[in-house]
Amino acid sequence: MAAPDDVRPDRRRLLVAGLLLGLGTAGAVDEIVFHQLLHWHHFYDRASSAAGLVSDGLLHAASWSATVAGLALLADVRRRRSFDAATWWGAVLVGAGAFQTWDGVVQHKLLRLHQVRYGVDLTGYDLAWTGAGVLVLLAGALLLLRARSTSRAS
Amino acid sequence: MTAAVWTLLAAAAALQLAGVARSRAAWPPVRTLCWLAGLGCVGAALTGPPAHAHADLRGHMAAHLLLGMVGPLLLVLARPVTLLLRALPAPTARRVSGVLRSAPVRLVSDPFVATGLNVGGLWLLYRTGLLQEVLHSPGLHLALSAHVLATGWLATAAVLALDPVAHPRGAGVRAAALAIGMAGHDVLAKTLVADPPAGVVDAEAGARLMYDGGTVVHLLVAAVLWRQWYRSRAAVRDAERAALPAPA
Repeated sequence: MAAPDDVRPDRRRLLVAGLLLGLGTAGAVDEIVFHQLLHWHHFYDRASSAAGLVSDGLLHAASWSATVAGLALLADVRRRRSFDAATWWGAVLVGAGAFQTWDGVVQHKLLRLHQVRYGVDLTGYDLAWTGAGVLVLLAGALLLLRARSTSRAS
Repeated sequence: MTAAVWTLLAAAAALQLAGVARSRAAWPPVRTLCWLAGLGCVGAALTGPPAHAHADLRGHMAAHLLLGMVGPLLLVLARPVTLLLRALPAPTARRVSGVLRSAPVRLVSDPFVATGLNVGGLWLLYRTGLLQEVLHSPGLHLALSAHVLATGWLATAAVLALDPVAHPRGAGVRAAALAIGMAGHDVLAKTLVADPPAGVVDAEAGARLMYDGGTVVHLLVAAVLWRQWYRSRAAVRDAERAALPAPA
């Protein structure tokens, strides 16, 4: 019943939904696990620059807004019965990996907004933090590539 | 002051009930409940315990959360403009909707302009020394409260677009305006911890309340916005289906 024209916009919508929810989930995990549960990060680090405060506020607002928007778009795609698991998970991983990499490189190192943990040698923590982000980003990109080639083949 | 506030709020409640009685079609009771609860939030913020805790930033923020965010959300969910247009006689309703379509109203009810007025006002209040003036002058405090309520209401109404608007913006654009407002609110809250305004106590706890409470209410507004979008998509799809030729 679905006309061929319907397929493309839905795939794009699923992609956007996954990117938004990946970004939002990574932001939420960062906030809940590392700020609230472990207390490794601080709400406000006395050394923060003004740019750091702005960047942190933007990311907080963007990640929570993205979570709500991503869920609504996903609900709409599912209602149209055009959900595709590989595209979805690929997009989620790319979103989450991009957030983590940005957080590790720009927020922690360039803006020095806050660090992964305080009172310890940071090298291992930084490598693990940013490395995890890059790995997740790559895994997501691979999944997306595979999803595209299978959807072309079919 | 307390008596005057509650008299005004009672009048607003009575107007709404009169409107429901005159409305040509049935009016969902949940909207009336939202209106009454919203008025209750405004009354509590202006006359309750937080209103008297002037220099305590926590009490001050609790009042602002009720007056500028929770109250406005409930008042917007009540869809007062829709009710007004339904309850008024047709010629008067046409005049009102003409005013709503006028250029100045359209300008301030643009989601980005309304959000800017709302968050910009907060930055002026906390980052220019205006707060100290407000804490020492009851008249100024009343004017500020009216501003916080009016701009909070305007921004929420513009972002949600539940009442009829002349040229409604798409859900994505309105969600972006909401996210920008949220970011401005969050950054302001963090600067209050970094550099507390002079003459207030409990600045850090107050700023945390502003940040966390603001996050929760902003998320609720976003949830209402996207729920509306999801429902409107169903309407679009049904219309598309109806337009297709019937299967043989």
